[in-house]
Amino acid sequence: MKVTIDNITIDVEPGTTILQAARQIGGDVTPPAMCYYSKLEGSGGKCRTCLVEVSKGSEKDPRPMPKLVASCRTTVMEGMEVKSVTSEKALDARDGVTEFLLINHPLDCPVCDQAGECDLQDLDYAHGNSGTRTEFVRRTFEKEDIGPYIQLHMTRCIMCYRCVFTAQQLCEVREHGILDRGERSQISTYLNKALTNEFIGNVIDVCPVGALTDKTFRFKNRVWFTKPLDAHRDCEVKGCSGHVRLWMRGDEVFRVTARRDEWNEVRDTPDGRKGWICNTCRFHKKKASDWIIDGPTKIKRISVISQGHYLNLKKPTDTFVPIMGRDPKHLLDIHTVSEVNKTDIDLSLLPRPAHSTDFTTGNVLPEAKQINIQESNS
Amino acid sequence: MSIKLLLQHDKKEGIRYYEAWRKNGGYASVEKALKMTPDEIVEEVKKSGLRGRGGAGFPTGMKWSFLAKPEGVPRHLVVNADESEPGTFKDRYLMEYLPHLFIEGIITSSYALGSNVSYIYIRGEYAWIPDILEQAIEEAKANGWLGKNILGTGFDLEIYVHRGAGAYICGEETALIESLEGKRGNPRIKPPFPAVQGLWMRPTVVNNVETIAAIGPIINMGGEEYAKIGVGRSTGTKLISACGNINKPGVYEIDMTCTVEEFLYSDEYCGGIAKGKRLKACIPGGSSVPILPANLLLKTAKGEARYMNYESLSDGGFQTGSMLGSGGFIVLDEDQCVVRHTMSLAHFYMHESCGQCSPCREGTGWMYRILKNLEYGKGKMSDIDLLWDVQRRIEGNTICPLGDAAAWPVAAAIRHFRDEFEWHVLHPEESQTRNFGLAHYADALEVATA
Ligand SMILES: Cc1cc2nc3c(=O)[nH]c(=O)nc-3n(C[C@H](O)[C@H](O)[C@H](O)COP(=O)(O)O)c2cc1C
Ligand code: SF4
Ligand code: SF4
Ligand code: FES
Repeated sequence: MKVTIDNITIDVEPGTTILQAARQIGGDVTPPAMCYYSKLEGSGGKCRTCLVEVSKGSEKDPRPMPKLVASCRTTVMEGMEVKSVTSEKALDARDGVTEFLLINHPLDCPVCDQAGECDLQDLDYAHGNSGTRTEFVRRTFEKEDIGPYIQLHMTRCIMCYRCVFTAQQLCEVREHGILDRGERSQISTYLNKALTNEFIGNVIDVCPVGALTDKTFRFKNRVWFTKPLDAHRDCEVKGCSGHVRLWMRGDEVFRVTARRDEWNEVRDTPDGRKGWICNTCRFHKKKASDWIIDGPTKIKRISVISQGHYLNLKKPTDTFVPIMGRDPKHLLDIHTVSEVNKTDIDLSLLPRPAHSTDFTTGNVLPEAKQINIQESNS
Repeated sequence: MSIKLLLQHDKKEGIRYYEAWRKNGGYASVEKALKMTPDEIVEEVKKSGLRGRGGAGFPTGMKWSFLAKPEGVPRHLVVNADESEPGTFKDRYLMEYLPHLFIEGIITSSYALGSNVSYIYIRGEYAWIPDILEQAIEEAKANGWLGKNILGTGFDLEIYVHRGAGAYICGEETALIESLEGKRGNPRIKPPFPAVQGLWMRPTVVNNVETIAAIGPIINMGGEEYAKIGVGRSTGTKLISACGNINKPGVYEIDMTCTVEEFLYSDEYCGGIAKGKRLKACIPGGSSVPILPANLLLKTAKGEARYMNYESLSDGGFQTGSMLGSGGFIVLDEDQCVVRHTMSLAHFYMHESCGQCSPCREGTGWMYRILKNLEYGKGKMSDIDLLWDVQRRIEGNTICPLGDAAAWPVAAAIRHFRDEFEWHVLHPEESQTRNFGLAHYADALEVATA
């Protein structure tokens, strides 16, 4: 089935969504997705960041669709033509959605554990504006401990429902859901009951922002100072993949997460099992000796956190200029823009916190190792 | 004198009960319908030109013919009695005074659609009406109009009344279905549409109370006769619930050929503006549709008289027109403040948003707060443009039409009453002590002659 997105035509299986097709093309045309999660049934459609314009419905019915559509929940048709970054309307809507998501966000990135690997930061970088047009007091909620391992910081939540789907689909008892409605709606647990199910820890991984955080890691370190290693163990818990990412500083394991792919989704294991991990692996195996190390994590996802961890990263450079009349806007550029994030510096090798002078003096840190970014034209 | 099809007997003694209803020709439509085939009934409804009375005005016959009919899968009719749109109270009147007219419509519609279990989803605040409906259902059952093998045709039907918990959003058909299933009332992401996968993933038709109530008269008189009433694609009769600053608020049945002016000023209907005041503005079809200033309400931008029907009220699009919507006719006299009025609507939508999608969840509250500042003399000129921008980015970008419904009233208020907003900004103190008044909103418009 042929579909054209931003003038790039691709052949996909029937039933593929526009978003999935765009992900197959990759790069700049891929709409941001804050609520859709391919591993969770029923997810998507809510955040509205992935809106695209369908300029031609299909070969059979070439009429354009009257409204922007959520690409994560719209399946492609033969001959469909979609505009993502080439649509002024879609870009304006995404700008709008980004603003809506931020007007009540606390913007407490400096103290948030998610900072550096936060989808909302990335979204804002790619689609937001500087400055704010709201002058109203932001909505706040009390912090809530949900169980021994997880803290809910509802003020940061963007109501993507991913954690609700995760809890429903991975855990046996339904204890996690949404209370109230509208702007007062909030994630909560059944009568504030502790969530102790063996798989509830996965809600931390699916949360696109810092609303659900790992209490065993809170405030221990900034993610960009830690170095990710892929590791595994033979876990006896049924349904646990045992495939994890260890976030280390020196010899110390600061946190354990599932392995995530370039879309920030939990990745299937090489032998095709679901990548979810159990609470034991996540919260109780905090020694390197608990694990068999597979090697340094190859990060394909471009964001602040990836600083220093890119391996054979492909940075697309062509295609876009002739089509869009501008250079592609890559999240990778954040390293150039910020001036304090250099891809050739591995912060996790620093024995101390980094200072801006480490970057601005022009001296590559003695401890830091050189990393090679491969720019490719494909 | 206009034609009465729905409110023919509403003032008669005891009409709420079976005896009186039957004596006045009740259940004749069911007798007639059950002798027809389901497809013939759908055909009659198509011929009648009946359009959904819940707000969107979608042709009912067409909706029915879209219902999927997979082998061995039950189908359902769900009647939407959630009526929570501010200004709309026509379904309440129908159910309260003419429950048997409504039940008749459900029986015939269920038969036509092949639904053996049909539901009435009723707004929680209508606390006393489920009893009336359940009483009517009992009576109908006792007289053989419901239950097993109705009139010996082999058709079985049970009707259940389900009480909502007071959420406006549960009037949106897919949220209603979720709520009926016992879940949180969040609208579903479409497709799939209810006609294919609705209640318990079965093919489902959701119709408004008034739509279903009109089925009886359509069967009795025939679709073609029904279509002769009214004008153009606005066939049959429509209930209008009129409220606001008028002499005679209430529910009126019109045949869609009367002008807005006649409806507003004649003694048969609203009886004119209360206390001899002058008309400033009106929302002709329930709180979600655009507000119009007096001059654009009574006449279209082309200078023609405006009529109380689907086409005429939307003449001029959103630039200079509005919509018939659900028929909630809200009248504002010269003493009303459009900024305050818009603020209170914005509060409603903020309160009723389900919170699923970002533009509506965050945008409705933002609009309300900007409007509150403007209303209380704390607004800036730039707030008006900001407000415009916020509504623009909600509209069309949400899961369900509640987002649009929140955006449209704000857009229309700014479009037509911008100077009233600006006056609030320029006169922060004076605007706290008096209203802007009628200003030029009733002045005759210049009609461009091409
Ligand atoms: C937020 C919202 C609230 C609604 N509330 C009602 C309602 O209270 N009653 C109703 O009949 N339709 C309501 N609707 C329209 C329904 O979704 C649906 O279109 C209607 O019930 C279809 O019936 P009809 O074709 O007979 O008009 C609402 C729609 C939205 C988006
Ligand atoms: S807590 Fe996180 S995962 Fe759950 S709805 Fe909020 S943002 Fe989404
Ligand atoms: S538009 Fe509003 S009410 Fe409708 S689904 Fe979105 S948040 Fe819910
Ligand atoms: S990712 Fe498509 S709406 Fe959220």
